[in-house]
Amino acid sequence: MRTIVCVLALIACTDRVLAQHADIPRTRAGKPDLSGIWQALNEADWNVEPHVAVQGATEMLGAIGAVAPGIGVVDGGAIPYLPSALSQRDANRSHRRTEDPEAKCFLPGVPRATYLPYPFQIVQSDTGIMIVYEFAGAVRTINMKSPGEAPVDSWMGVSNGHWEGDTLVVEVSGLNANWLDRSGNYASEARRVTERYTVTDADHIRYEATIDDPSLFSRPWTLRMPLYRRVEPGARLMDFRCVEFAEELMYGDLRKPGADKAASDKPAAGPGK
Amino acid sequence: MAMQRHASSSRFVATLLLLLALATSAGAAEKYKAPRTSWGDPLIEGVYTNNTNVPFERPVDLGDKAFYSEQEYEVRSKAPAVVETTTTVTDVHYQTADFGLDPDQSQMVKNLRTSILTRPANGRMPPLRPDAQRRSDAARAAQQAHAFDSAQNRPLQERCLLWAHEGPPLRPVGYNTLVQLAQTRGYVVLLTEMIHDARVIPLAKSRPDFGGLTRWQGNSWGHWEGDTLVIETTGISDRVTPRGSSVPMGPEGKVIERITRTGPKSIRYEFTVSDPSLWDVPWGGEFPMELSDQPLFEYACHEGNYGLPNTLRGIREEEKTRNRGPRQ
Repeated sequence: MRTIVCVLALIACTDRVLAQHADIPRTRAGKPDLSGIWQALNEADWNVEPHVAVQGATEMLGAIGAVAPGIGVVDGGAIPYLPSALSQRDANRSHRRTEDPEAKCFLPGVPRATYLPYPFQIVQSDTGIMIVYEFAGAVRTINMKSPGEAPVDSWMGVSNGHWEGDTLVVEVSGLNANWLDRSGNYASEARRVTERYTVTDADHIRYEATIDDPSLFSRPWTLRMPLYRRVEPGARLMDFRCVEFAEELMYGDLRKPGADKAASDKPAAGPGK
Repeated sequence: MAMQRHASSSRFVATLLLLLALATSAGAAEKYKAPRTSWGDPLIEGVYTNNTNVPFERPVDLGDKAFYSEQEYEVRSKAPAVVETTTTVTDVHYQTADFGLDPDQSQMVKNLRTSILTRPANGRMPPLRPDAQRRSDAARAAQQAHAFDSAQNRPLQERCLLWAHEGPPLRPVGYNTLVQLAQTRGYVVLLTEMIHDARVIPLAKSRPDFGGLTRWQGNSWGHWEGDTLVIETTGISDRVTPRGSSVPMGPEGKVIERITRTGPKSIRYEFTVSDPSLWDVPWGGEFPMELSDQPLFEYACHEGNYGLPNTLRGIREEEKTRNRGPRQ
């Protein structure tokens, strides 16, 4: 038994050494260069836990609206909810068509922004890192120089980063309560998220996020997934200002009775003078 | 008459001295050698403010007076803020001073100019071409006829889709004035605090292929001309209208921005807008921005937008009351 443990430890150690010496892009200062357009390729936004395919929130969309099956991204499979926290998850799930912050085009928070099915761009300079997400114009600046506490909660929180070897570690706090997926999994404003970005080769990042939220979970838990570089020529972030697609859901009941919906879909007025 | 001559010659001398001072100042700025990124580009990244009390267009009574003197500037900086869109304070919850939103409560960037707009020389927007004016008037009338029918009929900024000051071209705005520039090899990002819109601008030797698609803020690409970042933008969505027009720019519409670091804590932002379908002449201007010692905080517009539904709710209630007629 002892021999097996030693061999496994050796393999793990070797794997780590190899990872550190892999041929990865680096900045002039020698740090891994995360710059580029990245995207998760999984079904975590449908449900971060392992799940089979089920009917979606809107049956009228047919198979387009179905929840696609996924092997899950949570370490150990299930989120360790406290029993008292499960009822809210279930209530969220029941009202997901109208209450999912993604449906309302709200800023997705961390870590959900990472595995929304849309690309994001990491902009790494000599002194700082910015992440620009396609969805909802979400954006974060990762403070690498003088870490500080969040002055007040916000949707994308305050991110403080540092390097542990070749891994970018980002501590995120000051986040508003938000959903983690379209299935109603959620986290409170008390959560602290620790992200780890490790470039494993030129086109892949190993992403991990540990969520510590004692108000909802019995222990900190981790989700992990690879991120893939968008390598196609001309790859770029497109406009996805989703507000306009949430307006009918959110404000449709306030439309003037009898007003022509088609006419208002493309208003003549711009943003003003 | 002698007094008039004396006053006239004094003004002439003062103008000469001012021009000399400005030329010296501009010369010093041009001599500033910006530090470089590790890959060799001029370093412009940082969080800047463009908070100013200089109006976008020059007050008509100033004519061609392009600059204030230092003394005039001092007087102005102590006066109440100049705002282009006046707000009647009817609600105690929007006392801007209570929230630190008055321009004199935060870092103000010194600028002796009398207007942000410098071209045309009178500092005023050029008139729309007659045909464009007719189209604009018609579009505005159509919009106003249904202005409160639905959320989709409201202006873009009320809907938290795009604020006019975000541009391009950028424009100083009364509050939440921070602009963050980020750089990496091959890209510059221009992020406006309000409403957290990041323009990711590729750097290239020639215009990249944007696939013929438009964007809310257009397709921007940039290149360096010496220490100046030149950004060209075309393909702005036809749902966005430029200043003074209720119709969008045409296919030849273009915005050129020039960003130059002028000192350890300052940059100059210049812009030129042209579109032969709207104006006979291009228009443009410039303003300085200064490094802020404050981080840029999230301005989540849509998430807290109770103003839009409340506006519509109020109108619907008003319609019901009107339909019920006066009480008997």
